[in-house]
Amino acid sequence: MTAALEAPAPFENPPPPGRVGLRRAISAEWTKLWSVRSTTWTLVATGVAVVGLSALSTGTVSSSDIIGDPTARSLVGIFLGQLVFGVLGVLVMSAEYGTGTIRATLSAVPRRPVVLAAKILVFGAVAVVVSEILAFAAFWLGQALLSAKHSLGSSAAITQHAHQLGVRVPHNIQALLSTGSASLGQPGVVRAVVGAGLYLAVLGLLALGLATIIRHTAGAISAFVGIVLVLPLIVQALPTSISNAVARYLPANIGRVLFSTHGVPDSIGPAFSPWTGFALLVAYTLVVLGLGCWILVHRDA
Amino acid sequence: MIEARGLSKRFGNVVAVDDLSFDVRPGAVTGFLGPNGSGKSTTMRMIMGLDSPLSGTVTVLGRRYHDLPWPLREVGGLLEAKAIHPGRSARAHLLTLARSNAIPRGRVDEVLELVGLTSVAGRRVGKFSLGMGQRLGIAAALLGDPSVLLFDEPVNGLDPEGIRWVRTLCKELAGEGRTVFVSSHLMAEMALTADHLVVIGKGKLIAETSVADFVAGSSRQSVKVRTPALVQLSDAVTNAGGTVITDRDGSMTVTGLSAPEVGDLAASIGVALHELTPVASLEDAFMELTDEAVEFRGGS
Repeated sequence: MTAALEAPAPFENPPPPGRVGLRRAISAEWTKLWSVRSTTWTLVATGVAVVGLSALSTGTVSSSDIIGDPTARSLVGIFLGQLVFGVLGVLVMSAEYGTGTIRATLSAVPRRPVVLAAKILVFGAVAVVVSEILAFAAFWLGQALLSAKHSLGSSAAITQHAHQLGVRVPHNIQALLSTGSASLGQPGVVRAVVGAGLYLAVLGLLALGLATIIRHTAGAISAFVGIVLVLPLIVQALPTSISNAVARYLPANIGRVLFSTHGVPDSIGPAFSPWTGFALLVAYTLVVLGLGCWILVHRDA
Repeated sequence: MIEARGLSKRFGNVVAVDDLSFDVRPGAVTGFLGPNGSGKSTTMRMIMGLDSPLSGTVTVLGRRYHDLPWPLREVGGLLEAKAIHPGRSARAHLLTLARSNAIPRGRVDEVLELVGLTSVAGRRVGKFSLGMGQRLGIAAALLGDPSVLLFDEPVNGLDPEGIRWVRTLCKELAGEGRTVFVSSHLMAEMALTADHLVVIGKGKLIAETSVADFVAGSSRQSVKVRTPALVQLSDAVTNAGGTVITDRDGSMTVTGLSAPEVGDLAASIGVALHELTPVASLEDAFMELTDEAVEFRGGS
């Protein structure tokens, strides 16, 4: 490796007016995100988790099973996908600290809130697009598999069954039971599918915020898993009086309400409405990112 | 031009940099010399705005680093070898930096060529040797064609050819009128590269001087002595207040006594001398200056 020794080539390029700002930082973060293989792998893994689990949970249904909420059933993979997505969100920030790249990043863009904003916008945009694609893919694949199994639809099957027993099923109950698969035209379904994608994206940003505070991959992933997976288990183990008061605030439960088209899952107890819960989740994320920004600015890199 | 005024930095109870003031002028290589742990890297990081000082200020080209409009076009820093995502290619790493400071893409290939990494530009940095990592770090520093360059221990991990290359590069860059600030804990390396020196120990400024003055101002000399009566002479020297280090090749190095004193002493006890050479090394000058300021001392 012999380097030709010469003066640096003349560099005829006067800097543009102004200074390093958000646009340049976004351009750099975009290049950074796609120049490591882990980004693509993690997104593929999220896709496999979200769409694959949807296929598994809907494709293994037998024709006599009654599916309470076909929409939620097809979105069950989101709960695994959120973990993989969380890891990606963490890595967007923690990889900078783990490898020392943060020092190159901050010497190129010394205004630290600009760096964080660029990361949030780049990762957030990728996260929203990918997670919505995955949510819709999981929904459509799941419903296709369910409707293939339940050619009659569950309400028709139940009506038929009841008829054989000589029982009449009132019309309002038939409507409630609906069919064995869902379509976007049914009440709450669009909200559940769009909401599932948004939930995934916001959790990714929450993970990014945790990593900005903690600056350490393993630590940030642990915190993320703790908040999303472990907290609900702890709250469930508490006396009902306490868990009823607390459960609705948990991100995972906010997600479950958001994906449900058939009211609130029993285990949560009293819950916020889907979008109120989502707004709360966004608020958590903003608080975490805000704290992360403060730490980024005030602590040495 | 770098101007530090009253810079101080503490980590917990440890004072890393203590009221440090110095200037680094353009057109010369300024060596930043101090033992390991003396606060060189912390100072470099404060110059680049990565660590904030407890008190004091440091400016580059008259501004705080934070206020430079296009920092990579004005300051190039090599702070740590291989502080780069191992999964990213050399070219991609430089490209992200170029994008952020509106540096044209073609410049990335220019600096890769300049440091001799063109053939491995697409390879992931994780596969690079330490020396290749240093070259990539230097490429990143040169990317924006800056007028101020900071190199923190740039020859670490380089082979002799690489060391000579960095040395020549530093001189070339200074010759073009740039400000070049190079840290090292090796006096000998600085003697070959630098024109001026900023010497620190335990975070305090010890000397800010030219290399020539620094050496001339050194008072401590050692004397290299060869004699067939090693034990006899070394006892005599020790009794006369000198210090003796016996070298592997059978010679001894005496400090605390001048060459004539050692010669007279040998004559007075009737011992023959085969060699009597006064030695004034830069290393000695450095050791003397930083003697009271060395934080960590090796066991040897």
